[in-house]
Amino acid sequence: MSNDEVREIVTLGTTGRLSRREVIARLAMLGLSTSAMASALAGAGLQPVRAAMSGRRGDNGVLKLLYWQAPTIVNPHLSQGVKDYHASRVCLEPLLTVNAAGVFTPVLASEVPSRSNGGLSADGKSVTYKLKPGIKWGDGRPFTAADVVFTYQFVINKESGATTYAAFATIDKVEAPDPSTVKITFKAPTPAWYLPFVGSNGMILPKHALESYVGSNARNAPFNLKSFGTGPYKVESFRPGDLVVYSINEFYRDPNKPAFQQVQIKGGGDATSAARAVLETGEYDYAWNLQVEWPVLEAMTKAGKGVVITEGGGGVEQIYINQTDPNKEVDGQRASIKTPHSFLTDLKVRQAFGLAVDRETIAKQLYGLEGDATPNVLTTPSKLNSKNTKSVFDIAKANQLLDEAGWQKGPDGIRQKGGVKLQVTYVTSVNTLRQKEQQIVKDGWGKVGIAVTLQSVDAGVFFSSSPGNNDTAAHFYRDVQMFTNTFTSPFPANYMRQYYSGDPAKDIAQKENNWSGDNYIRWVNKEYNQMYDQALVELDPTKNDALWIKMNDLVVSQAVSLPLISRRIVSTRAKSLNVAENLSPFDSETRNIADWRRTG
Amino acid sequence: MTAYIARRLLASVPTLVLISMVVFGILALAPGDPLGQLAANPDVPPEVRLNIRHQLGLDEPIPIRYMKWASAFARGNWGYSFGSHMEASRLILQRLPTDLWVVGAAYLVAVFLAIPIGVLSAVKQYSVFDQISTTLAFIGFSLPTFFTGVLLIIIFSVRLHWLPFIFNVQVTDPVGMLKQAVMPVAVLALFQSAGLMRFVRSSMLDNVSQDYVRTARAKGLREGVVIIRHVLRNGLIPVVTLLALGLPAVFTGAVVTEQIFRVPGIGSLLIAGIQNNDTPVVMAITFLYAILVVFFNLIADVIYGVLDPRIKYG
Repeated sequence: MSNDEVREIVTLGTTGRLSRREVIARLAMLGLSTSAMASALAGAGLQPVRAAMSGRRGDNGVLKLLYWQAPTIVNPHLSQGVKDYHASRVCLEPLLTVNAAGVFTPVLASEVPSRSNGGLSADGKSVTYKLKPGIKWGDGRPFTAADVVFTYQFVINKESGATTYAAFATIDKVEAPDPSTVKITFKAPTPAWYLPFVGSNGMILPKHALESYVGSNARNAPFNLKSFGTGPYKVESFRPGDLVVYSINEFYRDPNKPAFQQVQIKGGGDATSAARAVLETGEYDYAWNLQVEWPVLEAMTKAGKGVVITEGGGGVEQIYINQTDPNKEVDGQRASIKTPHSFLTDLKVRQAFGLAVDRETIAKQLYGLEGDATPNVLTTPSKLNSKNTKSVFDIAKANQLLDEAGWQKGPDGIRQKGGVKLQVTYVTSVNTLRQKEQQIVKDGWGKVGIAVTLQSVDAGVFFSSSPGNNDTAAHFYRDVQMFTNTFTSPFPANYMRQYYSGDPAKDIAQKENNWSGDNYIRWVNKEYNQMYDQALVELDPTKNDALWIKMNDLVVSQAVSLPLISRRIVSTRAKSLNVAENLSPFDSETRNIADWRRTG
Repeated sequence: MTAYIARRLLASVPTLVLISMVVFGILALAPGDPLGQLAANPDVPPEVRLNIRHQLGLDEPIPIRYMKWASAFARGNWGYSFGSHMEASRLILQRLPTDLWVVGAAYLVAVFLAIPIGVLSAVKQYSVFDQISTTLAFIGFSLPTFFTGVLLIIIFSVRLHWLPFIFNVQVTDPVGMLKQAVMPVAVLALFQSAGLMRFVRSSMLDNVSQDYVRTARAKGLREGVVIIRHVLRNGLIPVVTLLALGLPAVFTGAVVTEQIFRVPGIGSLLIAGIQNNDTPVVMAITFLYAILVVFFNLIADVIYGVLDPRIKYG
């Protein structure tokens, strides 16, 4: 950068050939600091930079986000992980967004459909969206209902291999009666009309960019690496696995937004050092998803450069109790539905396991602001968090229950009955936080005479869907296992399916379905199944909510899963960065990046 | 000579085929799938994941998958990343400049430090200089890069705020480039020069006591001439092999260091590929590495002959 260049730009500004905003933008591109810019502008008699921060497009320079998992693709429907949704959401938008409480806000739709505005049909089979007028794609083409219809066709084509497929699977057809109206018809009456086209799963794709890339060709589209949308930014350059650079979408609907001239998402590394780059060194403005032990994170905040931000709804860390016997093999599989577990099928035993778990200690010592002790398996959205349950840590009561069930302490302190010892293997993924949780739980169980063997499996293996591996969570060849399931829609059906067995038990993970069933604990409960089936079609929102709460209460009272921690979404931002209310479990953290701005 | 090179090149073909089979087999048998990051998200149900496995051809038998890969590779197609669906070769090319810059600079620094220090240590064996440099070499050699890396970050980034610890390819001004490269280069150079220096030292010592050196001294040559003209030339012959074999690493990156400083090199691409079960990318990188090793081995052998006329290629 030379002084001549600066002078030339400033002269263009003073002579009116460039607007003040353009002058600032060009100076920013030269790498001038805010104070240097201010003096250059003041010297030329132009308004200083400070005043410009009141909300003009592109005045805030460069925004740097750090993701310890790097984005690999910027087409949300072909996403390989949450980070890809976030990287895509900077450019692309859904019809509606949802906050943690489950409240909808229109994005590309002009209003939230309801019975009263005629958006929702009385039979629950269709929903009609009115689109905001005058919206344009990043390349200047108009956004219309045809794009919404196209997005559906793109995702629903199995050959496309879309990861968002499930959110659209309930749809019968999507039509565009006119360019600003979209009508979605479902196969059956469905209370969850907001599954498709809303939040993370619902980003709308530009038809003209992807038209010839539907189906098996979908992965070859240039758009996947250089996406643009109706959102505030478009991808300028993309290095998969490393860096996404975004520039302003000049066609964005709000002329004063976004505030940043350029956005960068840098990826790679690990969560702890990502937190450090924001909290301790201030190199970055924002870091996402910091599953770091709370004491470590808290210590970093003392440097005073950044703050930790959290929001409820990251899922529930829970201990799942196997209802089948992992030690017996029938028809080439262990933990078969044909062999019930020798003692974990006993309600009193399971309850004793639950009573001996010290949730408060786990919450306080390991999670801090990152999670709360919870008695519920379903805590999100907040209106579905049951108030009928409470978490109790009571060793005496646990002992009493085991006594009642006929389990006597042997000479080695381990309870036994009829030659069977009360010993379990307890597995989770490799993660320092989880291994510490295991220790606390093992300690409690040891106090009531339960012998525990701890195991940990690499997360890549534990969470893989590979049918050939016996160490996956779906195989569940152990007695108890612990992990967190998260979900991305305020309708918890997919999440609650983990306790649903179907009839006959086809949703149980087993050899017959290549362990693709969602019910890993292999629990079969008719009452639960009935309520679940009913909730899928119950159109009255109040009754529907009540059903989910009752299902939660049933799982909790039956102690087939022991909820420990209601996890929160955790990120960090620089003190000088205002991100408004960006966190939501049902949409990406970058959902309102148009509103982010620097305050200091 | 030409015949020798041709024969060596021909012999390397079965070696490379075998390497590719072994690597492919291990990758295919390794657990996990490219959608592992969505595993705990029930909104991506198992049937969707199975469908995507199918789209990527992961449900086919391993030999068939290998044959497909091998025939594509023979036609110059290095495969497409499962994640971004960019050609693996393009991904590698995108990152090569960074590696040449960071890892290459470290290599140069290491060589320029190690050779003079090693020579001087050998010439002045058991002197104070030798003691200090040997001690430092042992420290550099035994401290793993992930330790020195984090140590430097804590000192220079967290405490002193002098240097950034996250490498950003967007930074193009010379000062910024230098600042962000200092720590990764230092970490790598320390580690590499330590080993190299020890090697140079012992190779020199082997020669210092040889008869030809005594003859040279007896002829009345000055000590400096003896060392530089006679000992150094012979002492460096094995070092050349070591240097040549170290060169492939410049092209394929430094796995651990790149991870710590988020240097977008080929090493971090490999790590990410392994984590995401991105078989085509991992195959491309490991195979590239294999080719480079075979190639530089050959180069080393040829240079050997040039340096040491006693070696004949038959």
